[in-house]
Amino acid sequence: MLDLIWLLPGFPLAGFLILALTGGRLPKNIVAIVGAGSVGLAFLVAVLASIEVLNSSDGHLSRTLWTWMAAGDFQADFSFYLDGLTVVMILVISGVGFLIHLYSTGFMIEDPSYSRFFAYMNLFVASMLILVLADNLVLLYLGWEGVGLCSYLLIGFWYENPANGYAARKAFVVTRVGDTSMAIGLFLLFSQLGTLNIQDLMVNAEQQWQVGSGVAVAAALLLLGGAVGKSAQLPLQTWLPDAMAGPTPISALIHAATMVTAGVYLIARTHILFELAPDVQALVAWVGLITLLMAGFTALTQHDIKRILAYSTISQIGYMFLGLGVGAWSASIFHLMTHAFFKALLFLAAGTVILSLHHEHNIFKMGGMRKHLPFAFWSFIIGSAALTALPFTSGYFSKDEILLAALESGGSGTILWLGGVIGAFFTAVYSFRLVFVVFFGECHHPAKEKTGFSMAAPLVILAILALVGGFIHIPVDAVFAHGEAVHEEHHVSILVHGLMIAVPIIGVIVSYLFFYSKTFSADKLAGSGIGASLHKFWFNHWGMDRLYDTLFVIPYMFLARINRKDLIDQFFGLIVWASRVSSSLAVKTQTGQIRWYAASVVAGVIVLLAIGALL
Amino acid sequence: MYSIPFEHGLILAASLFALGLIGVLTRRNVVFVLMSLEIMLNACGLAFVVVSARWQHADGQIMFLMILTLAAAEVAVGLGLIIQMFRRFKTVDLNVLSQMKG
Repeated sequence: MLDLIWLLPGFPLAGFLILALTGGRLPKNIVAIVGAGSVGLAFLVAVLASIEVLNSSDGHLSRTLWTWMAAGDFQADFSFYLDGLTVVMILVISGVGFLIHLYSTGFMIEDPSYSRFFAYMNLFVASMLILVLADNLVLLYLGWEGVGLCSYLLIGFWYENPANGYAARKAFVVTRVGDTSMAIGLFLLFSQLGTLNIQDLMVNAEQQWQVGSGVAVAAALLLLGGAVGKSAQLPLQTWLPDAMAGPTPISALIHAATMVTAGVYLIARTHILFELAPDVQALVAWVGLITLLMAGFTALTQHDIKRILAYSTISQIGYMFLGLGVGAWSASIFHLMTHAFFKALLFLAAGTVILSLHHEHNIFKMGGMRKHLPFAFWSFIIGSAALTALPFTSGYFSKDEILLAALESGGSGTILWLGGVIGAFFTAVYSFRLVFVVFFGECHHPAKEKTGFSMAAPLVILAILALVGGFIHIPVDAVFAHGEAVHEEHHVSILVHGLMIAVPIIGVIVSYLFFYSKTFSADKLAGSGIGASLHKFWFNHWGMDRLYDTLFVIPYMFLARINRKDLIDQFFGLIVWASRVSSSLAVKTQTGQIRWYAASVVAGVIVLLAIGALL
Repeated sequence: MYSIPFEHGLILAASLFALGLIGVLTRRNVVFVLMSLEIMLNACGLAFVVVSARWQHADGQIMFLMILTLAAAEVAVGLGLIIQMFRRFKTVDLNVLSQMKG
């Protein structure tokens, strides 16, 4: 079976080629079969490959397809490496990806660019699978850039609206900052360790580098730069909320379940490097904590349903970074998986609401949808419960593990834990604010639920996964076997456990008091002096966009304006000018009078004769 | 046998060539330009004949025969062109033909 592993990215890639080369001439039902079917087949391959990997003796397998490039000492193969971590990733990508494709066949049915949509989606899945299957960092980088490209194409999918194109460019440029850092990191790793094969790299790094040595810190920092760009963490998180300009299934697939977690995967994959640089690893935790709090507060103030979910995604990835930072590698990957389930569920349910309300995004214009959209309502309840980490939902187990690992990590772990718990409280408040505002209260728009089988089935499956996904045991222990603070048994007091169960529930109650029973008025809180300015500050995501505008965009635009004539171009203008002058001189000799031509021939002959005579 | 000095023949040829050239460069009537060209060709032929007589060599005379046929052909083409020119421009003034200027 493993010899056929190339089929795993191969199926979606073939789907992309078919859809791209037929250029929208296929009927919609064929497009749906090709688009969703290719990912479905990929899922089957992923399942079979996973079984083989997990049954293998040493828990990992690799296959080289062909040599991609070889130059001097440098060689990059098109080769795939599968271990427990890869298995989790490919199953999540192809499984959740298939469900979202299935949903999209219904969601996008009225879109004229149906075929283009599925072409991009298939290309995305293929790139993402290459990213996680890659045996070396060069191939990983290929997938990394591939998903970045697809993200760009799909955010700007409705390109007729210039705002969407702007959002797409913003996402592309901001993530490019991280990608550049990562590319430099790859150069550094290759120049220091002489290989880019991930497994060799880890072995070499462990043997050659001291813990905390400068080069290890630099390499880890540069890779972290790539990870924060892709995973929308501080300080590069500003692109993700704008990325919501794309169709909702895109937000579910790329900007919630898979691509944005690529940074988490990268750090987990190269975790040995981070263990060699404990300072950077601590930085990862702090980046995660600060991001999750910032995004949590911001989500509290938004009124666009998709932006709330986007900030919540940033916040949840913050938890994953927090987990990575305290060495809870498997807990982070676990949270990555459960987050893929419940956030995809939430986005798809939000898509149903948006579609039923004719592309209305403002939650305050919704209200009372519980009766009109029961399906979306229950999906939202389950998704929000998992997001909030209410007991025994999938989010509860994964978040719990991360927070307990933070608490036990010593040092500043208590602060990280406390921050995470506060974050969990606000997660509960903003998630149930969304639920109460959208689904309860009085109804502003009567809406009819438009969910066919293709849209309902993914919601049901994801809802089940979001509920029971916490009981799945992910087979990553062997991957992180050495060095990980494995705490299967968490020795913490009952008080801590009680607190961590109670905090989200208190959050839900607070949310209930504010947004359902209206015992307290959120408007009044946001209307008073300090509340208003805080609300405004949070609403603009802590002024991050304005900060970057002032720091980078405006100076850049200014420089561009003063250099509109392009100084360097002046030099090349000189060449143009010289050739133009000489041309006009040459033109003057072409009088059209034949006697002048004859005379010039004679003059030339005389000159030649004179030269001959003189010599 | 009394013979004309070799240099005299060459001077005559050069003078004829120069006269022909002046005609080509200064004449406006295209028929006269063609005639001047003929003079230049014949000046060349004369030079060949003179030189071949000087070295007792037949090649120069053969060359003259070639120039003669070439001149005949050239006149045929040239006159044809002149007739076309006259049909189109109703004139034989060479200065009219200056459309090809840069």
